[in-house]
Formats: sequence, C-alpha cells, structure tokens
Amino acid sequence: MGKTISEKILSAHSEKDAHAGDIVIAELDFVMAQDGTAPLAIRSFEGMGGDRVAMQGHAALCIDHSAPSPLRAVSQLHTLMREFADKYDLELNDVGEGVCHQVMLDKAHALPGSLVIGADSHTCTYGAVNAFATGVGSTDLAAGLLSGSLWFRVPDTMKITLTGKLPEGVYSKDIALMMVGDITADGATYMALEIGGQATSDLSLDGRLTISNLAVEMGAKAGLMEADEKTLAFFEGRATEEFEPVSPDADAVYAEHKEYDVTDLVPQVAKPHTVDNVTSVEEVEGTTIAEGLIGTCTNGRLEDLRAAAAIVKGKKVAKGVRMIVAPASREVMLNALREGLIEVFTEAGASVMCPGCASCVGTHQGIPSDGENVISTANRNFKGRMGNPEAFIYLASPATVAASCLAGKITDPRKVM
Amino acid sequence: MKGKAHRFGDDVNTDYIISGRHKFKTLDMNELAKHVMEDLDPHFVKRLKKGDFMVAGKNFGCGSSREQAPLAIKHAGVAAVLASSFARIYFRNSINNGLPAIVCDTSGIDDGDELEVDLEAGTIKNLTKGTEIESPPLPRVMLDILSEGGLVEYMRKHGQLALE
Repeated sequence: MGKTISEKILSAHSEKDAHAGDIVIAELDFVMAQDGTAPLAIRSFEGMGGDRVAMQGHAALCIDHSAPSPLRAVSQLHTLMREFADKYDLELNDVGEGVCHQVMLDKAHALPGSLVIGADSHTCTYGAVNAFATGVGSTDLAAGLLSGSLWFRVPDTMKITLTGKLPEGVYSKDIALMMVGDITADGATYMALEIGGQATSDLSLDGRLTISNLAVEMGAKAGLMEADEKTLAFFEGRATEEFEPVSPDADAVYAEHKEYDVTDLVPQVAKPHTVDNVTSVEEVEGTTIAEGLIGTCTNGRLEDLRAAAAIVKGKKVAKGVRMIVAPASREVMLNALREGLIEVFTEAGASVMCPGCASCVGTHQGIPSDGENVISTANRNFKGRMGNPEAFIYLASPATVAASCLAGKITDPRKVM
Repeated sequence: MKGKAHRFGDDVNTDYIISGRHKFKTLDMNELAKHVMEDLDPHFVKRLKKGDFMVAGKNFGCGSSREQAPLAIKHAGVAAVLASSFARIYFRNSINNGLPAIVCDTSGIDDGDELEVDLEAGTIKNLTKGTEIESPPLPRVMLDILSEGGLVEYMRKHGQLALE
C-alpha cells in the first residue's frame, strides 16, 4: 500500500512501517520553543529531572512573542530562557531575530523530509518546505528536548489540489482564507494536509509558507507540500546538513481529496471572531478601520512587504489609522531595508516594528481600543487576540491591508493597483 | 468524580481559555486560573466550584499551543473537560498535565446538570436527566501518561517514551 508524505516521514523516523492511525515513537530532527511556551517547557524539563539535552545542536529557543520585553515580569521569563540556553549550550534567538517560524526557515533548521516539533501552533508553516512539522505544548517539547523522541499518531491525509491561475491582486493568503472558510476550523482535525497542484507550484516559497501556516486553523497537524526547484534554491547555501525531500507514492491512500480552481478567486476577508468566517472583500468593503497590521508568521516575509509597499508608495495612510509593519525576521528586515521598502512605509506614515509576534498576540505594540476594527495579515482574529476583547479583527492579504490603511476602510486592493 | 456541568459552545479556542495578554506574564497558574474563560464569560470563575466539569461542543481548545490553557483550567478547580471533539494540541497538553479530556456526545448535557464521571469505565452519568453516555478509550500511551499523573512524572520515572 502506497504512502503519503506524513506516513513516509514518520516511518523513516520511527523505523516502523507506519500507516495512518498507527502510534509511533519517532526520532526528532529539530525542536523549537518561544517565549510564550519555553518558560513552561523549562519548568517541565526540570520536573522530569532533566540534566542533559538529547537535542543539542538541534534545538532553538526564540524570544519573539514579547520582544523587546514590555514588562518586568516578562523580562524575568526572558532571563530564565537565556540562562537555560547558556547552561545547555542551546541556540538562543534573542530579541530582534524575529518570529520563531521565520528564524527556523532563515537558519535552515526545518529541512525537507525532516521531523520538527515546535512549542507553537504555527509550526505547521514548515510543511511548505516538505518538513513534517507540528505544534506541541511545552511539556511535549520538554520530553522531546530531553529524550530526542516523541510519540505521534500517524495522521490521515486530506489531499488538496490547487489548479488554475491566480488573478492579479489576489494572493496565496486569499487561497488560504478561502480554504479555511470551506474546510472550517475543525474540518481537518487530527489530519495532515498535502497541498499540491499547478497553482501551488506557481507560488513562490513565501506564498506557499502562508498556506501551510494556516493549516492549523483548519485543525490540521501538518500542511505538507512537495519540494521542488524553488524549495531547493531556498536551501542552497543555507542548509548545513544533508536532506532528502519526500514525495508521496502514486498509490498513496487519502482520507479526502479536495480540488480548488483559483482562476476566479477574489480577495478574501475573515470577519470577527473566527478564522473560518470568510467572505469576499466586496461583502465588507467600506468597514471603517482604526489599525492595520502587516507582518506575522503568516505574511511578514519579503514578498508580503513588497506587495504592501507597492500599494502605499508615494501615498499617505489615512488620518486616524495606525499602520503597523513588523517584518518577520532580521533577514527579512535587512532585505526590506536594502530594497527601500522600510523607507516607503515610513514615508507613508506607517510604524515599523522590531521583527517579532507582539502585535498579533496582544502582548504589546498595537493593542486596539474598545470598539475599534483592525485589519491584519495575521492568522487569528479571535476575540481578545490582539489584547482587547472589545475590538474586532479582520484578516486579509498584505495588499488588502495596505489598500485599507490608505482609505481608512476595508478596500479591494485591485481598485488601487 | 461528581460535579456540575458548565456549558460552552463549539470552537472554544485557547485564547478564550486563557488570553495571551495574561499568559505571557507569569508561570503562576493560580494567577492565570483567575482569568479562565474571561473574554467569553467574565463570571465563569466565580460560579465554578472545585470538582465541576466544563462541557463543550466540537473542537475544544483550538488555536494556540499554549499549555497554560489546560493548566489554568486545572488550577481553577475543574475536574475534567467533556467535549464532542478536541483540537489535537490541546488534547495532548491536557493529558500531559493529568487533566482528563473526555470525548463524548455532549449534546444532551445542559448548563447546571449534575454529572458523575467514571474515567476507568468511560461512562458519564447525567444525574439530572437520568441518562448515561460513553466515551471511547484513549490510546495506550495516553493512558500510561495519565496513570503516572502526567508526562513530567512519566518522564521522571521512565526517562523516555515507550509504547509497551
């Protein structure tokens, strides 16, 4: 019986002939935790009697969720992470390195065919580079860090084929939101997605990462894609270890198969307060906004900043609107600086933040006021997500957010391009 | 275990269970426990009695991987969460911390119903309605983790995970 990408990666890492539904203990290639989850992982690690790390050289801690620290109490937790990293000689990505997921890619820690766990739900992002990567909690992470392995239930796979040609002004974020709207918040629970088709191949790597990033918003454990020449080009000169991409067998067994033609897709918006509350931009056009956020692990990459900068270039953000730009990582920030994008945003009246997650998770850097509407390129619009349960969050592509910031209301980006 | 049901709907996400604006500040779970479900129901913690149950629809615990979610629920005094389905990271986190997450048909349970839960037998008696429902058994590895009191205790004892 043929195997899916998930079955192949989990078989290879457990030395078992693993099929969907089996439970395996698999050897990990890399583990990651961020400042919202690492402190608890450290506590669990110590509770387990941990005094050595099996994952040395294959573990990273990232300070990104509240970076730089906005509060004394948070500073203490950051210190705890730095001391732990020192003690066990672990890689620490301190304030300014950026969103953990982008750092994991920039530093080529998540490789094609590898098995990665991260104490952050959006670890599924690296599925776009063919890694079986999944989010876990702090204690699972601690067990992995300590012993080098973890138990997994081999997931069923939902195959998704994207066909057609994406129109101008419509982006991978719109594809991802359309998928979440159709599959819904729990439509792929416990499953892996395997995303392919011509429209997937046509996307840049940045664009693909956005789709895999949203896999967990459908309940999925992983959002896998096959590696191709674009994937290999990304790792060229970046990867310091050998890797072997994994493709599914032609006779792999899928639990479900969905096909979406993106040819007639229009810009999508997820309305408050759930990610699967998706509609076309037309339906919400004209909704007043007070804040716009470009960034996050979903859409803080160079391609996203380029799309947003192209729209605001030479123009001004509407009066009464705060436009916040947070590049996903130091590498993205540097590239954006060199291309002049940071200048474009600054001249347009936007505020450019330190690379990190803060604005998206409501720890600081842009907490909205009561009753305000925010439009954001992030992946979650739950009530209270950005730090205020009385605010309303709309999710959209960087182009839609940028166009909306100029107009002060939700705007179809195709009208200003 | 006997207690009162506190009823919630579908897709209760971990931001609602414990908001990011609280969880990033502290590792003190008793402090976080004061804010459980605050954004959805500000009075929930006040109504809750030790040993009560949270009862929800589908996809309980979706969203972020924060382990503070089941920990805060546990520290608030909740004995178990019953839902028709759980999001996978939350489900693991809950078991890893010794907080039972019980998959069962919750459609017949109303707010305030008195429940009696037998984890071993996998049965839930609704004492108010006089009905009984069943829950499917957990995978062996999860039962082993639960029986040790959580994954920290399991790892301290065994050093690494094993399937047998």
